[in-house]
Amino acid sequence: MPKLFTFRGGIHPGEFKFTEKEAIEDLKAPETVYIPLSQHFGKPAKAVVKKGDRVYVGTLIGEPDGGFSASVHSSVSGTVKKIDKYPHISGTSVPTVVIENDETDEIEPSLKGIPEDEITPEKIIEVARNFGIVGLGGATFPAAIKMSPPKGKSFDTVILNGAECEPYLTSDHRLMLEFTEEIIKGGLLVQKATKAAKLIIAVEENKPDAINLFEKYRDKYEFEVAVLKTKYPQGGEKQLIKAVLGREVPEGGLPVDVGAYVQNVGTAYAIWDAVYNGMPLVKRIVTVTGAVNKRKNLRVPIGTPIAHLIDYCGGYMGTPGKIISGGPMMGIALYTDEIPVTKGTSGILVQREEEMVLDEPTNCIRCGRCVNVCPMNLMPNLLGDYSENNMHDLSKEIGVLNCIECGSCSYVCPAKRHLVQLIKTTKFQLKRKR
Amino acid sequence: MADKKLLTITPAPHIKSKFTTRRMMSMVLIALLPAFIGSIYFFGLRALWVTLISMVTAVVTEYGYQKLTKKKITAFDGSAALTGILLAFVISPSVPYWIPVVGSFFAILFVKQLFGGIGYNFMNPALAGRAFLMASWPAFMTGKWIAPTGGTLSGIESITTATPLSTLKLVGHSKDVANLLNSAESLKHLFFGNVGGCIGETSALLLLIGGLFLIFINIIDWRIPVAYIGTVFALYIPLYYSGVSLLTPLFHILAGGLIIGAFFMATDPVTSPITKKGRWIFGIGAGLLTVLIRQWGGYPEGVSYSIIIMNMFVPLIEKYTLPKPFGRVRRTA
Repeated sequence: MPKLFTFRGGIHPGEFKFTEKEAIEDLKAPETVYIPLSQHFGKPAKAVVKKGDRVYVGTLIGEPDGGFSASVHSSVSGTVKKIDKYPHISGTSVPTVVIENDETDEIEPSLKGIPEDEITPEKIIEVARNFGIVGLGGATFPAAIKMSPPKGKSFDTVILNGAECEPYLTSDHRLMLEFTEEIIKGGLLVQKATKAAKLIIAVEENKPDAINLFEKYRDKYEFEVAVLKTKYPQGGEKQLIKAVLGREVPEGGLPVDVGAYVQNVGTAYAIWDAVYNGMPLVKRIVTVTGAVNKRKNLRVPIGTPIAHLIDYCGGYMGTPGKIISGGPMMGIALYTDEIPVTKGTSGILVQREEEMVLDEPTNCIRCGRCVNVCPMNLMPNLLGDYSENNMHDLSKEIGVLNCIECGSCSYVCPAKRHLVQLIKTTKFQLKRKR
Repeated sequence: MADKKLLTITPAPHIKSKFTTRRMMSMVLIALLPAFIGSIYFFGLRALWVTLISMVTAVVTEYGYQKLTKKKITAFDGSAALTGILLAFVISPSVPYWIPVVGSFFAILFVKQLFGGIGYNFMNPALAGRAFLMASWPAFMTGKWIAPTGGTLSGIESITTATPLSTLKLVGHSKDVANLLNSAESLKHLFFGNVGGCIGETSALLLLIGGLFLIFINIIDWRIPVAYIGTVFALYIPLYYSGVSLLTPLFHILAGGLIIGAFFMATDPVTSPITKKGRWIFGIGAGLLTVLIRQWGGYPEGVSYSIIIMNMFVPLIEKYTLPKPFGRVRRTA
């Protein structure tokens, strides 16, 4: 067994990867889809359609609003019913394009792929921008912006992130098994766009089938496979870079500061689809798991309400208490299943009422578990104390802004303190003050 | 949406480890079982009663205080019981029964609850309770010891008036007596526990079983006992070979309350540093103070005071041993 790549800290929650053997199924779009104009990190897109407009699968419906934004496309063929505020994963309501599906699945006629010999770095970045490609690991950072390094800096290594360290989720795993070559080709496109010398695909050792498949293509394409230790949050960008390359992204800095570019395997697939097939990001793989009757991995048109996914999976098992968008460690609990799937929705985890973790926090007993597991080498207990007492400047001094909000501290705390929430509060307060 | 029941929302993470404060305390209590059973064997039922009285007083005091001040009742999370038991373990089995009552009451009320309850006491409540008893009723605390079943008070046959550590302070610096104390026979008694001393501290073996169990299941950090015991051992090497101490390093780590102190008192998470580097410093500091008190202080034993003193250095130690955040090049603070 070769050396496994890893980082300091982290936790080993139960894996619960129930759906790793469930092949991806295509979910047909419902009669109406709700496509939020805000599905990415940055400013919401500006609507470019109006009520009554005819749209196709892949038609641009929202264009980037300024440099820090991303475009949004229709995931169905049909008619724009209205543009209105609608419940969103963020817990608020955001401007959303509501489209009536005519169920013809007609594809936007103007879309076409780029022939192999015409692909240039600039073209790839342009496609990423025009086709709404954002990071699909959950951060939804616009890929085009990420691929253009700031002046004077450059990338030397692209790491495709196939760690999928969140418990329950298997969407990346299935994608790696079923679209191995597409992911590699997408990775090579990213490598070309970023002008990096090396491509590394990093996968946790709990997915040996995916690792073996990638290894098989190593004769055909030039890339490396890094086998990661199964540990949460192995897929955190900074942890992954540290594990694979041994480099520490400096405090307050970006991966580009150490020449590294990390992209989720799902995003690599989306880039492949956009460049070769001319298909914008209108579908994504979603693991539907937990308390549903048939747990599945689905390819879901963006804008499909979660309730539709649940129906397809045989409905709820028992009384749903929580619906979590994403994994159990960093996912967001939703107040209704009417919220639509967006580009960042890697999974839907349903917890029954009796499964919900609703502990009352008690006093810190200073056991140090949070300090031991913090992958950013912080003191979550102290940050929690400072947060409770509104001492946010002190938190800043001891590095609160480095927190990646992985939740490992809250997970291990025997006193059940809501540490990561306290830290998020501090970060929010510091941001507001600026 | 009005007719639809809204779902529960909470911040992430949505799964948590099953490990709780109560479970942690239970594990420590389990780890103390061998020494507890040993104490009953060595000192008879009296050890059992003193321990139970101390434990019950601690829990009742905590419950009463929380009830009176209308605070959330946490008296049954195991930590008060643990304080009571640990206090009983570091007092003589011969004390009158009101001694553990007063000691536990003081430990829980004044040292723990008045400072904010669990997590906020700035020194180890059991040891602070012991220090209070020592200062108030020294005659009961150090005046009378009981010989264990099937052994003598000092662990050597000829001396029946002193515990191993206090023997030399009592009979004067006699080389002959020291040789007897350093003998394999005496060390064996110290290791298995049939010598005089406090209820729970006499058997190194039984305490080690519990201590290693706690290290193994990741409840206590090995750094503190290793640093503490290691420092005492290391310092007594030159002290013994230069003739300053007549007793060997091995005698010193087995005698008195060092093992119980290093594994069960100094490792109390609330009153020891949370940082790994800090734990080394804490252990070394406690070791240094123990040697100073044993060798040149007025008391034969210095473990409890050493730990209490180091407890008060904890905020300072932590301040200077904060871990370097990931990616930070130079500390700016």
